[in-house]
Amino acid sequence: MGPSFGFYNQGGVVSDTAIERSALGDSLAIGCAVLCAALGLLYTFAGTDLPININGAMLAIASALALVYLITHPTNRAADRAEGYMDGPIRVATIACVLWGVVGFLVGDIAAWQLAFPALNFDLPWISFGRLRPVHTSAVVFAFGGNALIATSLYVVQRTSRARLAGKWAPWFVVWGYQLFIVLAASGYVMGVTQGKEYAEPEWYVDLWLTIVWVTYLLVFLGTLYKREEPHIYVANWFYLAFIVTIAMLHLVNNLAMPVSLLGSQSYSLFAGVQSAMTQWWYGHNAVGFFLTAGFLGIMYYFIPKRVERPVYSYRLSIVHFWSLIFLYIWAGPHHLHYTALPDWAQTLGMTMSIILWMPSWGGMINGLMTLSGAWDRLRTDAVVRLLVVSVAFYGMSTFEGPLMSIKAVNSLSHYTDWTVGHVHSGALGWVGMVSFGAIYCLVPWLWKRKGLYSMRMVEWHFWLATIGLVLYITSMWVAGITQGLMWRAYDNLGFLKYSFIETVEAMHWPYIIRATGGLLFLLGGIVMAINVWRTIRGDEPVDIKDQPAVAAAPELRPGVIAVPAE
Amino acid sequence: MNHAIFEKNSLILLIGILIVVSIGGIVEIAPLFLLQSTIEKVQGMRPYSPLELAGRDIYLREGCYNCHSQMIRSLRDEVERYGHYSLAAESMYDHPFQWGSKRTGPDLARVGGKYSDSWHVDHMNNPRAVVPASIMPGYPYLGQRPLDYANVADRMSALRLVGVPYSDEMIANAKADVEAQIAPDSKGAKDVLARYPKAQVRKFDGDTRPDAVPTELDAVIAYLQMLGTLVDFSKYDASGPNLR
Repeated sequence: MGPSFGFYNQGGVVSDTAIERSALGDSLAIGCAVLCAALGLLYTFAGTDLPININGAMLAIASALALVYLITHPTNRAADRAEGYMDGPIRVATIACVLWGVVGFLVGDIAAWQLAFPALNFDLPWISFGRLRPVHTSAVVFAFGGNALIATSLYVVQRTSRARLAGKWAPWFVVWGYQLFIVLAASGYVMGVTQGKEYAEPEWYVDLWLTIVWVTYLLVFLGTLYKREEPHIYVANWFYLAFIVTIAMLHLVNNLAMPVSLLGSQSYSLFAGVQSAMTQWWYGHNAVGFFLTAGFLGIMYYFIPKRVERPVYSYRLSIVHFWSLIFLYIWAGPHHLHYTALPDWAQTLGMTMSIILWMPSWGGMINGLMTLSGAWDRLRTDAVVRLLVVSVAFYGMSTFEGPLMSIKAVNSLSHYTDWTVGHVHSGALGWVGMVSFGAIYCLVPWLWKRKGLYSMRMVEWHFWLATIGLVLYITSMWVAGITQGLMWRAYDNLGFLKYSFIETVEAMHWPYIIRATGGLLFLLGGIVMAINVWRTIRGDEPVDIKDQPAVAAAPELRPGVIAVPAE
Repeated sequence: MNHAIFEKNSLILLIGILIVVSIGGIVEIAPLFLLQSTIEKVQGMRPYSPLELAGRDIYLREGCYNCHSQMIRSLRDEVERYGHYSLAAESMYDHPFQWGSKRTGPDLARVGGKYSDSWHVDHMNNPRAVVPASIMPGYPYLGQRPLDYANVADRMSALRLVGVPYSDEMIANAKADVEAQIAPDSKGAKDVLARYPKAQVRKFDGDTRPDAVPTELDAVIAYLQMLGTLVDFSKYDASGPNLR
């Protein structure tokens, strides 16, 4: 157990040291803001290319706003203590998650229509598919997914540790610094600033900014665990911690680069060719494994038991699930490089580990689903539970499909085709999307202390729009991918390749239209969610409160009362 | 083993996680830097000429890798469609690699020499003018934009720092070489060929006026036309001596 600081035992008296510490913290924060503003101004005026001038201005403006806020809001420890848990940054991240989600789905759907109707590129550089696709992937993975993870992890770690977040300004910096990272990255992409590596497109200076934000995030999370009042660290926090620390490792190694100039936006990756490929897919697959899986399993392990009011199915399975999943995922990267110039030993090793990975994945799925034991009726009566459970079902499906596609023989057909795109989306829309929606619908009434959601009917609408959209998406991509893979390798009776490449492109037209339609439905679902969340936050009277289960939020942090651990 | 030690100590949990997630990466990545057989020994590989490098930077900027791979797998149909399967050596100077993960359009690893310059010009201006069913975006602005190569020597210096064997002479002449590679029959053109064997020297975008400046289109086409053309496969034997 972490040491108890006895902070709540002081009977309302704030000591002199505490006041000094607050003043020191405020001065440090102000100093950092001034430094960032100066750096921003430097790049605004001395930067050698337009994108870095614009990004510098963004940093300067954000820092100036932070500075104004810091100066006008000195730390008041007594007020902080009376507040209990620190939920302000979590509210910001929750709203950001919903907004970026809608933006990310919208950009994705525009890109999908561009593939069906290329005229939609309008011959304009900043909205052509090649620049828009990274905006979509970063917006959904890092902006939507990242904010869902930050919001839920900071919520869960406080409740399961019975401790207020560590730091006064650090959690705020994590949340707003992360939003700035997203804006810097996305504005860079449309201006053509990219490292040219999938899911690691942000250039060196944006990577450095994210590193600072991420290390602060790790310190806030660890610090909160360290000062916890619960003897045990809850399982959800194991997954969150693994996600945060592994992403830090992957981000640092994969983005090692040599800037052309310290005042310019461009850089060259430290690694070349085959080593660059292996490092990139070590990173890329574990962005899936740790960002989109381990982090969201943290959500599963808190929000499903909480919502259905049942304990996690198996403690032992949790332990096995956790360690085997994080150990095995790291090995899976080479399955993105089958039959390439990567040495065979690495390909085979990656394939083998990817197949073994099926087991811990399904162990986790079973642990999540079986948590509903004795509460399966909730699947019928509570659309939020349905979102959470269907997400775990999709997790199971895509973690079966993944190992299947990692087999070299299957991969020879599926690789480079839309089957991969479909697989990613069954995981991303089905698992990551649905589990985040479920968590958001739980969180919003808890964070804003509302009786319930504005409308459960709208949750039902969201569920069906998302599910139908998702099914259209993945089925059309199965058809597209397998068709294209088979056409590429088809021979005629004389032993010649049967199809030219462009014939295989033509065959994609209708699947692309169906895919874009599915994406549109998913986007509509996201908009329905945004309206529902907005009206809940605004405090509108719920229209169907009698249809909503009365699931209580975790109890407030009670000053002055410390439970003695029963050991 | 008693799991409580991890559950009760946040720092031990953190260290445990770090050890467990490090193993796979170390085993899979480190040998690639150490095993000599990872990159074949081939004849003909050289760093990009300054114009080709500028073209490659534009290829990255426009996100071409989102739809085009540069990696021909060792499968019968791919070798017949695109040419000899790609060697690790062929991307040894690519910081970062551009193997890609999706073929919305065809593989480009050996697109060099497959089409004429004028085909590329028409295709970039409006892909559907030459391939009616193409879904590629048009890039008409590339031909209208003069190439920004003011810092091309700095870019080469940065690449040298990460291991690309650019000589002092190559870096000193970088800007002149950009201009010379689009000026055939000039003295500078000969120097480009001496420094960068097999480089193609001509005005790629079709604008042959004597005062024409290098455009972004020149750079992109120069890059596309050299892709996959460097390695001399008559001297390559996959079964032995080329593995170092």
